[in-house]
Amino acid sequence: MKTRLPLGAAFAVLCLIPMLAFGADAPAPVPNKGDTAWMLMCTALVLLMSVPALALFYGGLVRSKNMLSVLMQVFVVFSLISVLWCVYGYSFAFTEGNPFFGGTGRIFLSGIGDPFKNEWAFGATFSKATPMYEIVFVAFQATFAAITCCLILGSIVERIKFSAVLIFMVIWFTFSYLPIAHMVWFWAGPDAYTDASKVDAVNATAGYIWQMGALDFAGGTVVHINAGVAGLIGAFLVGKRLGYGKEVIRPHSLTMTMIGASLLWFGWFGFNAGSALEANASASLAFLNTYLATACAVLAWTFAEWIIKGKPSMLGAASGAVAGLVAITPAAGNVGIPGAFVIGIVAGLVCLWGVSGLKKLLKADDSLDVFGVHAVGGITGALLTGIFNAPSLGGPGSVQDWVAGTQGYPGIVAQLWIQTKAVGITIVWTAVVAFIAYKIADLLVGLRVTDEQEREGLDINSHGESAYDY
Amino acid sequence: MKLITAIIRPFKLDDVRDALTQAGVTGITVTEVKGYGRQKGHTELYRGAEYVVDFVPKIKLETAVPDARVDVVIDAIVESARTDKVGDGKIFVTPLDHTVRIRTGEIGDDAL
Repeated sequence: MKTRLPLGAAFAVLCLIPMLAFGADAPAPVPNKGDTAWMLMCTALVLLMSVPALALFYGGLVRSKNMLSVLMQVFVVFSLISVLWCVYGYSFAFTEGNPFFGGTGRIFLSGIGDPFKNEWAFGATFSKATPMYEIVFVAFQATFAAITCCLILGSIVERIKFSAVLIFMVIWFTFSYLPIAHMVWFWAGPDAYTDASKVDAVNATAGYIWQMGALDFAGGTVVHINAGVAGLIGAFLVGKRLGYGKEVIRPHSLTMTMIGASLLWFGWFGFNAGSALEANASASLAFLNTYLATACAVLAWTFAEWIIKGKPSMLGAASGAVAGLVAITPAAGNVGIPGAFVIGIVAGLVCLWGVSGLKKLLKADDSLDVFGVHAVGGITGALLTGIFNAPSLGGPGSVQDWVAGTQGYPGIVAQLWIQTKAVGITIVWTAVVAFIAYKIADLLVGLRVTDEQEREGLDINSHGESAYDY
Repeated sequence: MKLITAIIRPFKLDDVRDALTQAGVTGITVTEVKGYGRQKGHTELYRGAEYVVDFVPKIKLETAVPDARVDVVIDAIVESARTDKVGDGKIFVTPLDHTVRIRTGEIGDDAL
């Protein structure tokens, strides 16, 4: 039995509230107030990553005539997915079903708690006898689902029809995000492993990729590869922006892009360190790794660009930050400090190639480089996580026996192969679902606005307003 | 009367304004413009995308002066706006038929 430290899942037993437990001989464990406070803050930080951070990061990169359309797409997709999450998303991702798709037990969050009786369902963390309020986990994971969908927008902005965005997102979220999240992150939690005879049965309830022993602390596969590949498929199917490659299509405000990238960095502490699900050493390690790898990636991108292209650009530094954040995401609490240095530097260099050399090879108008940064950075991070998880390279290893709670590591080649399979499954799954989802949206409403509307800008034509009065 | 239109480097505006004040010019109109002449544009790089930007930011400065003062004003602009590098700009002088000061209704040289 192998396992990892990433996001756990919730379900567990509906326990009695603390006050009722007092009289018992061995009081049932209750959520720790510090952990609860930490996770609520982290949830709010991840929300900040979408609105406004991602919206501003993306918005600054488009032309001023499309600024509001980008802000609107992010704002509304974030809200849409958050609602769907509470309607059925959480249930299909984080309750027991089959290895690919969860069950219906938490549709409309039923059974999550009774506010009148003050009885709440508990979810698992990564420590035995350390439950969390499942409702906190629902909120925390909602922000992950929502930002993942928003990330895709960067590939298709400036010409996609707003209605097509919404149709695509509902389909892709349901059939790609939810199953990938279930496959990678769903497991019964440490308390289910009570003795060796039950291990196989408990393992069998977990997600398919979790069972393989893949390490994904905060979403290299689930979030970044998932979204990055869906973005690239969109860039191919929606087609290039008018004038792409012929006319000057410049970012209208790199100032906003810098503000967005900085807020992403800030919010990402909630994303990565929060994925420890407890305010503990694992969260602290994830926190510093997130900080350090990002700084390394900024420097790597900046100096490489300076050497290769002649000038170190603000956009390059901001892009380097996002590349580093993406790559350290699967690694955050799964590698030690040496891993953070290497992952940050490699991510800065590889993603610079992702948005230049690789982009030219792909010949798609992936407008804001969702594939070049998120998919390429996510793959880089997911693979390097397998290597730098090794205790010999300063990594923590992973729990190999949840009954005894012993750490171990299967070996670099073995772990790297597991990571590669997880990456491969995610790429194929999301690509197929995204292709079908775009085709359905195309059939229903068409993917693109008219050429005339695209020329004049989506702000006026899709939303009836202008970003700037000048 | 002549209308003097000068295209100058943006960062030279303060120097030119001082020189014109010294030369007795009491009013100018300034516009931020873009254009190109012998000065080449520059390239801008946004991640993988490289763009040649042909139009360089310049300042267009206009002032109307009596015929007798045209040479003095031109000298003042040339002296203050020059850096001896390509891209210093140009001065155009055009005849001016008529001028009216709106507040008083004065016309011609009196209105300048």
